[in-house]
Amino acid sequence: MSTLTTDTRKSYMGLLARARPERLEQLLPDLPAHDWLRRPEIGTTMVRGRIGATGAPFNLGEMTVTRCALKLSDGTVGHAYVQGRDQGHATRAAIVDALMQSEGVEQVDATILAPLRAEEAEKRTSRAEKAAATKVEFFTMVRGED
Amino acid sequence: MYVATKGGERAIDAAHQWLSDERRGDRSVPELSVAQIREQMALAVNRVMAEGSLYDPELAALAIKQARGDLIEAVFLIRAYRTTLPRFGASVPVETDRMDIIRRISATFKDAPGGQILGPTFDYTHRLLDFKLMADGEASEALRKEAEAVVAPHILQLLDQDGLMEPLSDGDETPPDLTREPLEMPADRPLRLQALARGDEGFVLSMAYSTQRGYGRTHAFVGELRIGTCAVEMEVPELGFAVEIGEIELTECETVNQFTGSKSEPPQFTRGYGLVLGQSERKSISMSLVDRALRWEELGEDNVGVPAQDAEFVLYHCDNIQATGFLEHIKLPHYVDFQSELELIRKLRREAADAQVKEAAE
Amino acid sequence: MFEAEVLSGGFSNPAQDSARAFRACLEAMARPGRIQQIVGAVPPAPLSPAAGAILLTLADATTPIFIAKSHDTEAVRKWIAFHCSAPVVVAGEADFAIGTWDALQPVSQFAIGTAEYPDRSATLIVECEDISAPMATLSGPGIETTQTAYLPTIDAFVANGVKFPLGYDCYFTAGSQLSALPRSTKVESL
Repeated sequence: MSTLTTDTRKSYMGLLARARPERLEQLLPDLPAHDWLRRPEIGTTMVRGRIGATGAPFNLGEMTVTRCALKLSDGTVGHAYVQGRDQGHATRAAIVDALMQSEGVEQVDATILAPLRAEEAEKRTSRAEKAAATKVEFFTMVRGED
Repeated sequence: MYVATKGGERAIDAAHQWLSDERRGDRSVPELSVAQIREQMALAVNRVMAEGSLYDPELAALAIKQARGDLIEAVFLIRAYRTTLPRFGASVPVETDRMDIIRRISATFKDAPGGQILGPTFDYTHRLLDFKLMADGEASEALRKEAEAVVAPHILQLLDQDGLMEPLSDGDETPPDLTREPLEMPADRPLRLQALARGDEGFVLSMAYSTQRGYGRTHAFVGELRIGTCAVEMEVPELGFAVEIGEIELTECETVNQFTGSKSEPPQFTRGYGLVLGQSERKSISMSLVDRALRWEELGEDNVGVPAQDAEFVLYHCDNIQATGFLEHIKLPHYVDFQSELELIRKLRREAADAQVKEAAE
Repeated sequence: MFEAEVLSGGFSNPAQDSARAFRACLEAMARPGRIQQIVGAVPPAPLSPAAGAILLTLADATTPIFIAKSHDTEAVRKWIAFHCSAPVVVAGEADFAIGTWDALQPVSQFAIGTAEYPDRSATLIVECEDISAPMATLSGPGIETTQTAYLPTIDAFVANGVKFPLGYDCYFTAGSQLSALPRSTKVESL
């Protein structure tokens, strides 16, 4: 097994969860052989907020989540928890999680994760640019002569 | 007398079939897709998600289509669907500080760090009907201005640093959940906020408005209103650490309210808080006003006996599904109840008439 | 590979398997003392297949579990965490408790509900060597006349029955066999 840090794993699992299911399918059309440890299951997560943004937690409402766990033929285990109700999305996310713990990490990163990262960055920049265009530039009227 | 009620199956089937027919409307008009509702009726979708208490834009759009645009019926469908799903757990509290902001305004500080970002707002429109939309006019593209990312700290932190804000109690106690345990009084602030977050927008709005008109005035300013997407993280037991499971759009409102101080507290500003699933600023502002009004007891204020100060009144009546369920049930068969009322009225009238006859005879 | 082993052994057809297991749990509680078969789970030892199936069916993230010393291994904890997402807690906070009868002592540590909410009580899953040899006579709801059954002891269950409607409920498990003793059952020695 490669030396995978928790930070790296957290980062790509989040990226996979945020990815659009159709896009992930394009990037990973064929699935390697795998056995289920937990078949894709649709459920919810209770989303919590904090009073006044930083105070005590409270329950805000739920969101739909699909999860699964699987094992590749070499025994590597992959997990996924992804937003929404797309079982293919969860399956692919778990496959990528397993592949990232096996040989050939660089290739998985280059062909699947790198495009997702780039597209996400572009989306965020585009949103930030639209927001920036609506930022108010105050100017003060000059009064009197001083 | 007992009136047995049976039958009506055929009438019910036919009614449902007609409903489906009416839902489609005139066949010469193209059918709406769920994706169209999700993309083009986004604020209706947001309202159904907030009050349905389930973040899933596609399901909310489907519910709106199925309910023929009746949003409370759509909320009902979402609530019913939600009960069929297992709950995997609870998220780590979302960090709205790290929100990817599309709108952020403050009514208290003009030059707040991060600036005033208007976002896609209806404010400053003239509320004139746009007949171009009727004529299939092309949508205008959003303007852009070079930017990396919006960095905007919470504005109330500025007042906090000067000690002018009431301190927030932190702690990480598991909050009560009214979807698991019945709502009981007294309800603490986390429970009240949960009820308000899923409460009917119209009801919460009216309650908030009543405080502004003098029924429990709290002198609120919108310290900050922000809309954007937030990452949601959840602890996954089998992994032993928290992972991001997706991102959701949220609207957050923090109000700054006047407080003259009490025996134990110096004069300072107090807070009201609103957080709502999706883009819903009317709801989040309303929520923070009602939240503040309900805090009279903990802040040592007088109970002036107004509705917005009455937690039992607000919390037991803000849920539109509970309300509509009870309200609408009275249109369903009450033949037996009414029969007994009828018997009673007839009997009372007979007795009254008999008494009159007797009186006249005497 | 340790991880894959711990993560396997759940229901292979969750919908059907859990419906059958739920039926077995229901039958067991509804007919105290009668032995039911409950299958579909392959949990790590020392957890029995029957106890594993009960947990897969009834436990989730909202039902805290107490694991007694007899069953508190890393494999069992991980298996429960993955398949049930149930938090592991101290005895007094548990909705379910799993262990041998001896390891679960003292049973006074478990919740027995309150007058307003008698349902806020613990269900004990008592792992046994064998539950086929009767040693007690049961009577009460769900039993037409009397029913003989195996119990790990008598006195504790008599004492529990006296507290009705408060009290804890028990499942007894051995291999893939299951029987139950709700708090409403009257217990006498055979």
